[in-house]
Amino acid sequence: MDITVILDYLIRGLSLGSVYAIIALGYTMVYGIAKMLNFAHGDVIMVGGYICFFSMSGLSSHFEEGSVAAMVVPAVAGTLAAMVVCTVLGVTIERLAYKPLRQASSLAVLITAIGVSYFLQNAALLLWSANPKVFTPVVGRGSLQVGPLSISYVTLLTIAVCIVIMIALTTFTSRGKMGKAMRAVSEDKGAAQLMGINVNATISLTFAIGSALAGIAGVLFMSAYPTLTPTTGSMPGIKAFTAAVFGGIGSIPGALLGGLLLGIIEIFAGAYISTQLQNAIVFAVLIVVLVVRPAGLLGKTIREKV
Amino acid sequence: MKKLLAMLMAVAMCFTLLTACGNSSDTPAETGSAPAETGDNTGETPADGTAFKLGGTGPLTGGASIYGLAAQRGAQIAVDEIREAGGDIQFDLRYEDDVHVAETAVNAYNTLKGWGMQISLGSVTSTPGIATSALNYEDRIFALTPSASSPDVIAGKDNVYQMCFSDPNQGLASAQYIYEQGLGESVYIIWKNDDIYSTGIKDQFMAEAEALGLNVVGDSTFTEDTQNDFTVQLTDAQQKGADLIFLPMYYQPASLILTQADQMGYEPKFFGVDGMDGILTMEGFDATLAEGVMLLTPFNADATDEATVAFVTKYQDLYGETPNQFAADAYDCVYALKQALETAGCTPDMSNEELCDALMEVFPTITFTGLTGDGQGITWDSTGAVSKAPKGMVIEGGAYVGMD
Repeated sequence: MDITVILDYLIRGLSLGSVYAIIALGYTMVYGIAKMLNFAHGDVIMVGGYICFFSMSGLSSHFEEGSVAAMVVPAVAGTLAAMVVCTVLGVTIERLAYKPLRQASSLAVLITAIGVSYFLQNAALLLWSANPKVFTPVVGRGSLQVGPLSISYVTLLTIAVCIVIMIALTTFTSRGKMGKAMRAVSEDKGAAQLMGINVNATISLTFAIGSALAGIAGVLFMSAYPTLTPTTGSMPGIKAFTAAVFGGIGSIPGALLGGLLLGIIEIFAGAYISTQLQNAIVFAVLIVVLVVRPAGLLGKTIREKV
Repeated sequence: MKKLLAMLMAVAMCFTLLTACGNSSDTPAETGSAPAETGDNTGETPADGTAFKLGGTGPLTGGASIYGLAAQRGAQIAVDEIREAGGDIQFDLRYEDDVHVAETAVNAYNTLKGWGMQISLGSVTSTPGIATSALNYEDRIFALTPSASSPDVIAGKDNVYQMCFSDPNQGLASAQYIYEQGLGESVYIIWKNDDIYSTGIKDQFMAEAEALGLNVVGDSTFTEDTQNDFTVQLTDAQQKGADLIFLPMYYQPASLILTQADQMGYEPKFFGVDGMDGILTMEGFDATLAEGVMLLTPFNADATDEATVAFVTKYQDLYGETPNQFAADAYDCVYALKQALETAGCTPDMSNEELCDALMEVFPTITFTGLTGDGQGITWDSTGAVSKAPKGMVIEGGAYVGMD
């Protein structure tokens, strides 16, 4: 086996894994704090992709082709637009669909989340039609040569953004009032409320952060894999959910680790075992991990009080 | 109380969902309503009994709608032309949406049957086509499908005919073409595991390549769920020294493969099949990436013969885009049926069984000249398979150019 080829695959795996990790962070935060699986998360990513696509193609015509402004402004504006729209969308979904179910059984919330997911897909089909759109990467198509390896700018950006987000989130939840409130709500909703924490506002904030992350994830995912359709978000959504469970759902470093490992396993499984069995292997690994460590790699094992 | 509210919300959600679905299937009726839309356009539609009721199903919405809409529009243009020209054989065309799903296609077929369909255009795509062709066979409604290319669509059904090449024939023709033109020394295949269209072409391609002595260095697959990342497949091809990659698939995954190969700096020749058609009209796709991609397709929108030019101009005027081969196939279907009905001397007051018998007798005997195929004409054998010559095309300057 050629070492350059292995490194090459490793970088691809890291790139794919970083996107999974960013999506998984959104899943894991919402689960950790609201104790619900937001299956519509993947579709928020798709919305983010579309918003960025339309703002970029709308803006790029206003700039001179090839100029620095033409490269930077539409990309930054597109990403910001995607984040803002996704945040508003996430909070709206939370307010309309999940908040009324706060006291309901978790199954009802789960079904609602699946409903929201289909609603978003169909709304996108209606608004933007099924014809696939090809996304222009936010950082151009070039790549960096490191010895025999070529690493595309998109890969570098994805990995960097993933690390930044991860550090920012960890800092946010471990310091600061809101972060502490989040952890408190995640530990015990009732007790947190007794301590004067506004549980509803905290959960809404979690959704806002998770959805903003989905916006970024949408832009990065579409930059790496540029075909945009209304169902684009569903498979990465499921994979990222797997990654979150793999790493230990509710744990922020767990989501990162799970995402990266899942991406690497997926690429290596395809490269060295079989492209036909790629997904089967990915999910088989998940089953094995869950059999050995039911709480996931970095998840806390919580003893049921009897 | 809260529980009740929750239940109500859930019910409300379901309704919104249903409405959304309902709306989405309504859109094509609005967007595609340029000439006479479906059958319920009463203005120009001749009275009952003076026109043949011609029905078809196709994906008018959803991921494959580019094919369904093209076929519907192509057929509609032919029907309108025939109406303008006058004459005894007139058609009343009605298309129903099947969203490229077999179950929906069966419902769509039943709607058409209820409407009184006498002759069918089958389904546009293969998966629904297999379901509806079985019903065509049972109900004795003759079908000529423009583009459902799986051999299973016509297998064992004596009254179902195809206008397009069958999948194995495409694989066969592609292998022969690559071999005869000496296009590639080492061929690599990327195919889609969960798609009968792709696997059908690939199997026959492999078999023919072996028979010819064409060097296939490897192959790899993907599925609907893994069609984001092709770097593994492309790296494998690169490692194995492939200088030509055969892509038996539709254009969406193909566009990603071209983009990712470009990112990797890997520049083999790419050879596609008729599903590649549509890649140039993808919104946002950098057409320069498709430069030099070769494909076999029965129709060339850039051809300069009178019939093609007239059709392409009319299509562009009405719908603002260049027709693909699905539109041409459907257009040909209507004219082929017209020719067959004239030859058999059929009248619109005949029942579908009578028409079916007459058409089955006539079809294997006629030679039809249309937009698809070369000047030699198009013929059918009694199994319903078509025989016509494919055209080798290469994408140059953002358009298809004939290769020979």
